[in-house]
Amino acid sequence: MTTEIGRSRPVLEARSKVDGTADYMVNHARNRMLHGVIVRSTQPHAALDEIDADSARASPSVHSVLTGADIAEVIKDPYYGPAFHDQPILALDKVRYVGEPVALVLAETQHAAAAAAPLVDVGYHALRAVFDEVAACGKDAPLVHEALRPGAAFADLRHLADVSGTNVALHTRLRHGDLDAAWAGAGQVFEHEYRTQQVAHVPLESHCAIAEFVAPDRLEVESGTQSPSFVRLELARLLGWRENQVRVTVPYLGGGFGAKLYMKLEALAAAAALIARRPVRVAITMDEQFFTISRHATTTRVRTRVDQEGRFRARSVDVCWNGGAYADIGPRVTQKSAFVAAGPYRIDAVAVDSRAVYTNRTPAGAMRGFGVPQMVFAHESHCDEIAAAVGVDPVGLRRRNLLAEGDTHATGTRLESAATIEVLETLAATMRWGGEYDRGPGPVRRGRGIALGLKAVVTPTTSAATVSLASDGSVTVYHGTVDMGQGSSTVMAVIAGQTLGVAPEDIAVLPPDTDSVPYDMGTLGSRSTFHMGNAILAAALDLKRQLIALAADATGRSPQGITSAAGRVGGLTFQELMTARYGGQAGTIVGHGSFTPQTAAPDSATCQSAAITPFWMVGGAGAEISVDTETGRITVDRIVCVADSGVALNPDAARRQLSGAVIMQLGMTLSEEMHYEDGQLTNLGLGQYKVATMRDAPPEIEVCLIQHPHPAGPYGAKGIGETGTFAVSPAVANALADATGVRLRSLPLTAEKVLQGLRCLGEGASS
Amino acid sequence: MTQGSRAVAFRLNGSDVEAVVRNDQMLLELLRGSFGLTGARESCGQGVCGACTVEVDGMPVSSCLYWAVQLDGTDVTTVESLARDSTLDPLQQAFVESGAFQCGFCTPGMIMMCRSLLRDNPDPSDEQIRRWLSGSICRCGAYPEILAAVHTAAATLCEHASPGRPESHRPSHLGARS
Repeated sequence: MTTEIGRSRPVLEARSKVDGTADYMVNHARNRMLHGVIVRSTQPHAALDEIDADSARASPSVHSVLTGADIAEVIKDPYYGPAFHDQPILALDKVRYVGEPVALVLAETQHAAAAAAPLVDVGYHALRAVFDEVAACGKDAPLVHEALRPGAAFADLRHLADVSGTNVALHTRLRHGDLDAAWAGAGQVFEHEYRTQQVAHVPLESHCAIAEFVAPDRLEVESGTQSPSFVRLELARLLGWRENQVRVTVPYLGGGFGAKLYMKLEALAAAAALIARRPVRVAITMDEQFFTISRHATTTRVRTRVDQEGRFRARSVDVCWNGGAYADIGPRVTQKSAFVAAGPYRIDAVAVDSRAVYTNRTPAGAMRGFGVPQMVFAHESHCDEIAAAVGVDPVGLRRRNLLAEGDTHATGTRLESAATIEVLETLAATMRWGGEYDRGPGPVRRGRGIALGLKAVVTPTTSAATVSLASDGSVTVYHGTVDMGQGSSTVMAVIAGQTLGVAPEDIAVLPPDTDSVPYDMGTLGSRSTFHMGNAILAAALDLKRQLIALAADATGRSPQGITSAAGRVGGLTFQELMTARYGGQAGTIVGHGSFTPQTAAPDSATCQSAAITPFWMVGGAGAEISVDTETGRITVDRIVCVADSGVALNPDAARRQLSGAVIMQLGMTLSEEMHYEDGQLTNLGLGQYKVATMRDAPPEIEVCLIQHPHPAGPYGAKGIGETGTFAVSPAVANALADATGVRLRSLPLTAEKVLQGLRCLGEGASS
Repeated sequence: MTQGSRAVAFRLNGSDVEAVVRNDQMLLELLRGSFGLTGARESCGQGVCGACTVEVDGMPVSSCLYWAVQLDGTDVTTVESLARDSTLDPLQQAFVESGAFQCGFCTPGMIMMCRSLLRDNPDPSDEQIRRWLSGSICRCGAYPEILAAVHTAAATLCEHASPGRPESHRPSHLGARS
């Protein structure tokens, strides 16, 4: 039988993307729909006074203006959030960051609502604010929240207890090995502090949601969300309803990267629709994305004892995460990344202290890598600083310390099906690490660097799926994974197609609709191919078992004697089987599958676990750069990305996803930074916030897939959506140090910082 | 706030059309709202990302910044006009073959930009493509594949052109429709 696995193919929806017909959320509208435009806080931290909306209400085509108080009348407890129920649908009592939604103007057109929104006059009494994650941990820091209430939706967040009197939403402690003994030995101790900046996701399609109460007890929401099941259950909780009274449908997403996870605009649209008794559409602008969600800034202190043989013996990592004003999924980000904060190394004893901290900035949540790129920047910059100090080659130092298959990781889990060594060796070979290297002409200095990252997938999580057979034998997949460009629908069709002996291109993969597709935890954290893939595999096998039974009935043979190949079971086509069963063109057969991996919850005091993750992701990056020492400008000439991908079900698409992740992370390495002055974001929008353009993409990008079948993955596959992001920033920072001797410990690596570093080196040399 | 409006008549993808537009209305809003052409998309809203690119009189413009009242007598081409029945045009086909997109939100704007590039420069170098597309942002980072797609399309178009003809005679389907 020919295999569908590992054959590169265009994504199923390719044509609709090039001819302009792809069905994005922003194309959607409903009859009698009102348009909502959000009035946002101009203060970083302030008590709310009167809101005067009279002139906005009198504006042409304006239907109404809603405030937090209006929403509290119809939704008794109008707070939401996946970790804490800390975020009000519209601000109540006080505002906690510039850009926080304070009121909603509803009008007959988007244009009219946008014109009236600036007319809403909001009174504020300024409060002392805090913006820095380290300062926010201080005893005299102003409190962003007076008290907190954990949510209950996710099994892995059950440890969050009621918290008050602090800005630290969650302090995760990992303790591994005998710390006292490990620190006591001989050798050298190195300690460095690294900072990463707050950055924005910037999917090109901004958030949009439409809500309509189609009956008094029935809510329909259309949203560009990455987590339809969560949005449904959270909306049901807010309304005091059952989940089956809420329908969430998701059209195609114009990018997500974590920005569209959990509740974003859906509760606001639903509350407004409830009050206005009309469908409400809320679509934000690109500028407003910068007030919606971001990636955490971090301050990380890494300390390592290295023995005389150059082995890491003890390590502590202390990290503060700038979570902004609302927790969103921050506590999960900061906990999960604590698991791998010490890096992919064999270390006798490890202590990690990871604090999710509230500040008066735009909330931070999940973003492509779930905190791991920040941790990898710290431990991999640190690794090269140690290598330079002890006079060992960076690849050699990593070789000496890298975890190997079967070793025990700092979480207490054995490393299995994780190609750490192969990733490093492939990286070194592809970079021609041992060979001669051109150091550049005149004022241009060339250098190269490498870095490695390891990530555990979020767990335990569940995906469920249905695969159905129509009377003509055609196959449809119902599942909740949201395709936002990663090509998941195609991969799911490959899995179902391979299992059933049907060409993936002949399978319909429907977009998520919570009325008809089973639960999925969310499209996040590189989990879909593994989790949803396994659910679809199980559903397809369930369907196949039923087809075998039908074939047995039809042919009078025993089910054990029935073979299947190329769209036939027991020699009969699917349509013939259906006709035999239903006596004509009629009927449906449904296979169901559900998947929750077997893992062990981490110990609450030490994060130790016998099975912290169902699969590991290993990603390496190598960078070759040119630095203009007269301007400080870094040009990335070549990037190598090596990923332990498991079996790539659609290999070219996997390579593209990885190189895309590299390019996105390069923007966050060299230019992107949300810049604040006194709590005011000064560079919102694509005109001022510089993401990577085509001219910033390196002329050479090489992606290497290490494809060992994962024993528990569907056809050996595992996740790769984030792997490309892990190691890019430290690889470039290490290349900068290699080229110029300048070690930058904070991102982004701007020309200004490079020049400043060169100047310091020059002064050091001349003094 | 401007409340006035006026009637404009222009060609849209080869057909004569008329519309009454607000004085402060942008071409993008008109295309999406009044003509149901959703290939051009708003992303940045300030003319720096290229997702809303369409052609007016054969020139690529950011339709989020192009006043609808300026349309009178113009010839507007959008991505929707490129495919003929079931056949994609060479650029679209090259984008599919190269996998030159992930989320695809930027793709129609990107294709419209590439179209004007190839019209003026049938065999662009990497550097020329990079410069030309530097105002078209792909957040998914499909730039290497887009670069490859432009070269593939250039080669296809070159094959289609009759040998020996001067370069200024380009395939008619790449010219502004009239």
